Amino acid sequence: MEGSKAKLKLAVYWASACGGCCVSVLDVHEKLFDVIAAADLVFWPIALDIKYHDVEEMPDQHIDLTLFNGAVRNSENEHMARLLRKKSKILVAYGSCSHLGGIPGLANFSTKEDILNRVFIESESVVNPENILPQPEYEVKEGVLNLPEFFNDVRSLAQVVDVDYFIPGCPPQTERLLEVFVAVVSGAELPPKGSVIGAETKTQCDECIRKKTENKRIKKFYRPWEITDDGYSCFMEQGVICMGPATRAGCGYRCIKGNAPCRGCYGPPAGVTDPGAKMMSAIASIIDEKEPEEISRVLEDVVDPAGLFYRFSLPVSLIRRKII
Amino acid sequence: MKRITIDPITRLEGHGKIEIFLNDEGEVSNVYFQVPELRGFEKFCEGRPVEELPAIVAKICGVCPGCHHMGSGKAVDAVFGVDPPPVAKKLRELFYMAHFVHSHTAHFYALAAPDFVVGPSAPASERNIIGVIGKVGREIGTEVIKQRRIAQEIQALLGGHQTFVVMNIPGGVRKGLSEAERDDIVIKAEGFVEFAKFTLKVFEDFVLKNNEYVDLILNGPYSLKLHSMGLVDKNNKVNFYDGKVRVVDTEGKELFKYSSSEYLDYVAEHVEPWSYLKFPYLKKIGWKGFIEGQNSGVYHATPLSRLNAADGMATPLAQKEYELMYATLGGKPVHATLAMHWARLIELLYSAERCLELAQDNEITGKELRAQLGHIPGEGVGIVEAQRGTLTHHYWTDDKGIVTKVNIIVGTTNNHAAISMSIKKAAEGFIKKGVKVSDGILNMVEMAFRAYDPCFSCATHSFPGQMPVILEIREANGELKQRLVRN
Repeated sequence: MEGSKAKLKLAVYWASACGGCCVSVLDVHEKLFDVIAAADLVFWPIALDIKYHDVEEMPDQHIDLTLFNGAVRNSENEHMARLLRKKSKILVAYGSCSHLGGIPGLANFSTKEDILNRVFIESESVVNPENILPQPEYEVKEGVLNLPEFFNDVRSLAQVVDVDYFIPGCPPQTERLLEVFVAVVSGAELPPKGSVIGAETKTQCDECIRKKTENKRIKKFYRPWEITDDGYSCFMEQGVICMGPATRAGCGYRCIKGNAPCRGCYGPPAGVTDPGAKMMSAIASIIDEKEPEEISRVLEDVVDPAGLFYRFSLPVSLIRRKII
Repeated sequence: MKRITIDPITRLEGHGKIEIFLNDEGEVSNVYFQVPELRGFEKFCEGRPVEELPAIVAKICGVCPGCHHMGSGKAVDAVFGVDPPPVAKKLRELFYMAHFVHSHTAHFYALAAPDFVVGPSAPASERNIIGVIGKVGREIGTEVIKQRRIAQEIQALLGGHQTFVVMNIPGGVRKGLSEAERDDIVIKAEGFVEFAKFTLKVFEDFVLKNNEYVDLILNGPYSLKLHSMGLVDKNNKVNFYDGKVRVVDTEGKELFKYSSSEYLDYVAEHVEPWSYLKFPYLKKIGWKGFIEGQNSGVYHATPLSRLNAADGMATPLAQKEYELMYATLGGKPVHATLAMHWARLIELLYSAERCLELAQDNEITGKELRAQLGHIPGEGVGIVEAQRGTLTHHYWTDDKGIVTKVNIIVGTTNNHAAISMSIKKAAEGFIKKGVKVSDGILNMVEMAFRAYDPCFSCATHSFPGQMPVILEIREANGELKQRLVRN
């Protein structure tokens, strides 16, 4: 990926991730040729033949823009987060896992031991009479083999290093990525450090494509399979919990277009720190009951509230993790 | 003892690492393929309402999320004890065929083609999708990107989200298809069929007409005699969405055929302390170690194993190609690892044809999208063929449908032992006493696992499609003898 000095030096890295963020970069489709024309990709393990040691040998701040996706789950992820911070002028937490901890962050409801036991010992298909677990260091007859250390806690990128910007989403919408990319390439003035970019400031509900009636109240919450969705009304007004009230807009209503309620991958909107607290107030305001016992009864219909409200944000939430 | 470390190869939703140990003669003594990542979905899905799982487990993989969504959706149906109406099943399969078109296209052009179209020992800087486009022309490159985009658009239409589909709800799907949308998919699917035929022609021109490559496929150190696994329909034809899992032995004889709910009787997993990934094997044979042959418990679950395990393809053009492949390679079963690429393209053609068949199906625009749900039996298994192997999701819930336990055997995991052995065999074949370990040799070792399209190369399904590799040869005392950086 050689190019003139004026071209932007771009890096994309994944830590504890699924590959979906890298796919969102690929989903620029035919515009890929334009991206390559405007930027030199200097590191992208998914696609390019550039190694960790090449990054280590780069001068500090050599990379103009790094899109870091994935959570910090093990010692290798942490090492790469620190290395890329040092080598990058602008470090962006790209996607829900890097921004908020994401789906892998749900692991903070359990402990490292619970996870290793379930996967390697208790699993119904495993035959492991000696209760063998993967070891960070293990001696085979030919030498010592090493694995990264699996941490107890999943962390977001900003819980490990200083982050310049956050682009939310699971994965971020490709059109939004292109807008940010064009802004950086064109030298436009960038927002203050620490901003969430590539998304709106308001909530999903503000411009939702589904129809909302003013002052509609409900007496019961349903699980999505307990009702027949009419395909156009607000999910909350149909009694199905939707994370829209506590979620930042900007995703393009992808799940809503698939007739599924929002699950909050874009994180809380501007001014909201905890999506759980925001959801509780949204839920309280739609319940058509006055008596505390009645309200409690309605609230019992909300199953797994912690797993729902913090689906993508447990590591950065107020509750952080299950208390051990 | 010398040691060659290949780290990192990009990952299985993470990273992969290869350790090659050489004896004093400079010959391969042993090879370890390590998977250093774990996220623990099995544990953190506990406590969630089961209907949330198809969307949560899709995040296991951003390249093949549709497979997890489908396997999970079927497991959830089973938890509720229901069978979705025919319209819902057809819509799911239609989505799934578009998913296969996207994935198999990306794998062939971005990952596999550089080794054949550009060449296994071509300069590494050209061994990527740009190099492929350089050989085949930008027009074709643009066409490849376009067809993959169209496949993504069909997935977005049916599943809401083009990457993380939200289609499945217990007992069916959330969204139907209009007549106008169907007509549009028919046109697009016709395009897929032409594109798949064209891709097989590319394979013929660049691979099969090259005697060196054919020799490498048939006689190189890439052959591994293993049992073959694959999902088949009631006529024993390849199917990706539904059917029974059939396993044939190294001679092609049926060992057994099982329904999803019986998988625990047939498959078990072995654990090694030096990898975060488990090693599945055939339970009735047992874990005999990393050995090949009729007495080994190791099997593979790949495009080639699916064709080996079936009696043929359910669509006419793919069936013709199926016959041609076996006639060319000396009959069934085929054990040449590199033939997985050919099998994958035959599957691409099948997916395109099946996509068209389903889009033309009168019933597909029907309105009955969901089954009635009653009480919750609380346990269910869902099996589909993922692009990278048979995928099993098994859930247990309480009577409210809250998840109590989860067990998952992912496509690539099936092939963990096979991949380790293929890497070792290729390393033994190419790294010999007195031979300088060059970048070309390193790539030939990599080609052994690339054929499996493992999920750690899901990653390299992408532009420009090459794994970063550092190779270090050290003396027993750790002194660096040779360092090779593949660029």
